[in-house]
Amino acid sequence: MAYSEKVMDHFANPRNVGEMKDANGVGEVGNPKCGDIMRMYIKVENNVITDVSFMTFGCGAAIATSSMATELIKGKTIDDALKLTNKAVMEALDGLPPVKVHCSVLAEQAIKAAVSDYYKRLGIDPTPIVGELKEDCHDGECGCSL
Amino acid sequence: MKKVYADNAATTNVSKPVLEAMLPIYENVYGNPSSLYEIGAEARVYLDNARETVAKCLGANQNEIYFTSGGSESDNWAIKGVAHALMAKGKNHIITSKFEHHAVLHTCEALRKEGFEITYLEVYENGIVKPEDVEKAIKDTTALVTIMYANNEIGTIQPIKEIGAICKKHGVLFHTDAVQAIGNVHIDVKEQNIDLLSLSGHKFHAPKGVGALYIRRGIRIPNLIDGGAQESGKRAGTENVAGIVGLAKALEIATETIDSKNEKLKKMTSRLIDEVLKIERSRLNGDREKRLPGNVSFCFEGIEGESLLLMLDMKGISASSGSACTSGSLDPSHVLLSIGLPHEIAHGSLRLSFSDVNCEEDIDYIIETLPPIVNRLRAMSPLWDRIING
Repeated sequence: MAYSEKVMDHFANPRNVGEMKDANGVGEVGNPKCGDIMRMYIKVENNVITDVSFMTFGCGAAIATSSMATELIKGKTIDDALKLTNKAVMEALDGLPPVKVHCSVLAEQAIKAAVSDYYKRLGIDPTPIVGELKEDCHDGECGCSL
Repeated sequence: MKKVYADNAATTNVSKPVLEAMLPIYENVYGNPSSLYEIGAEARVYLDNARETVAKCLGANQNEIYFTSGGSESDNWAIKGVAHALMAKGKNHIITSKFEHHAVLHTCEALRKEGFEITYLEVYENGIVKPEDVEKAIKDTTALVTIMYANNEIGTIQPIKEIGAICKKHGVLFHTDAVQAIGNVHIDVKEQNIDLLSLSGHKFHAPKGVGALYIRRGIRIPNLIDGGAQESGKRAGTENVAGIVGLAKALEIATETIDSKNEKLKKMTSRLIDEVLKIERSRLNGDREKRLPGNVSFCFEGIEGESLLLMLDMKGISASSGSACTSGSLDPSHVLLSIGLPHEIAHGSLRLSFSDVNCEEDIDYIIETLPPIVNRLRAMSPLWDRIING
């Protein structure tokens, strides 16, 4: 199993890493049992994600996909951010080993979870906008025994 | 950048004396040991001498040593061989432990599918099988007990002599996978009541692709490879003479230097353990005393092992997390789960394993490099945030 140079770059020098105190949307997906948790912080102003950061517990791919996902949605409208697919994150990283594809799914879900939280804080039901979240172990996709 | 190879339990370098012993075989003594002309006969002498050396290092006789391609082959042959040989006598039960190498566990699983019953013994928090558990598990139908000599991931040494004595008392055959232990502990198959023993060359500075199986005289198991008369007709195929010569040389050196090497390694790893355990919420896996002196395994709460390995690699340190054989799977190591660690802690494991190529400066470098990496990963870990802030 080998990671691309881009994955290694985002792992070694993660962008937008750390807690954001004044976030107005925070989402967390994953499970410690499976070995990866992603927490995404967003600051939304006038429907635009003006700032974003993440904290991740997980493998190299989990950290790299989190970092790349934050770069891809920073400055984007919520609508555009919700359109970000795990495939786009993977492509931006020049691919992931097959066993690590679920990390990109987790990154996509983390963004959706953060946006959902933003809407909830506004008293808006996020489900019609964001859809159902897969916050946990992606149906055993990761091969863990949950 | 400084480089530290701290994954000697995965594999080792071929040492200079071993390479020097092998080269003439490739260059000059390339004859087939089965041929009768001079360079064939000469190769035969090298082969016979190597067998004698290996036998001597194990306290066995030459005709009890069979050369193979390595540990996995030896394990497969020993376990399936005994199982199939004793099946006709109504013996269909095998006893093993929960934390064997996959070469043993998956072999047992294959036999289970053939109808064998397998008992997996507990290894407890210290990572050591209790001999009394072996005795309790033995029944009339038991064909074989197979317990590893020392664990590959956490280094704990098993009470082999006691387990062997129990097997002997009950007339049950005893196999041990000694792949990690060989060259690191004193082994005497007769004195330690071992009936079959697997070993692999590349764990003690011989090349990859060569190993051996000791089968006590009188034990008959089916041939592994049918064909020519090599290995007493039990494993056909022209012998890997150079590899076998390298294995014998490496085993001879390892056996002669066990005590001095262990003293040095114990001093190194003891200091390493003391220093690493100063890291908050870290733990040493397995018994601190009954372990291979060169093998240490830690867990760090709140971080994940692969990230840790990648960051150590960026600093020139080669290590492993769980067993290399389990990389590619995302489940935490079965060994760490077997000693009772919860999944989230088992994910944060690090194995550092040393041999005589390592020195105190390597330990200094690890002690200096590891804590900042753990801190860096924890600083970005939501799990660590949860552990610390609730």
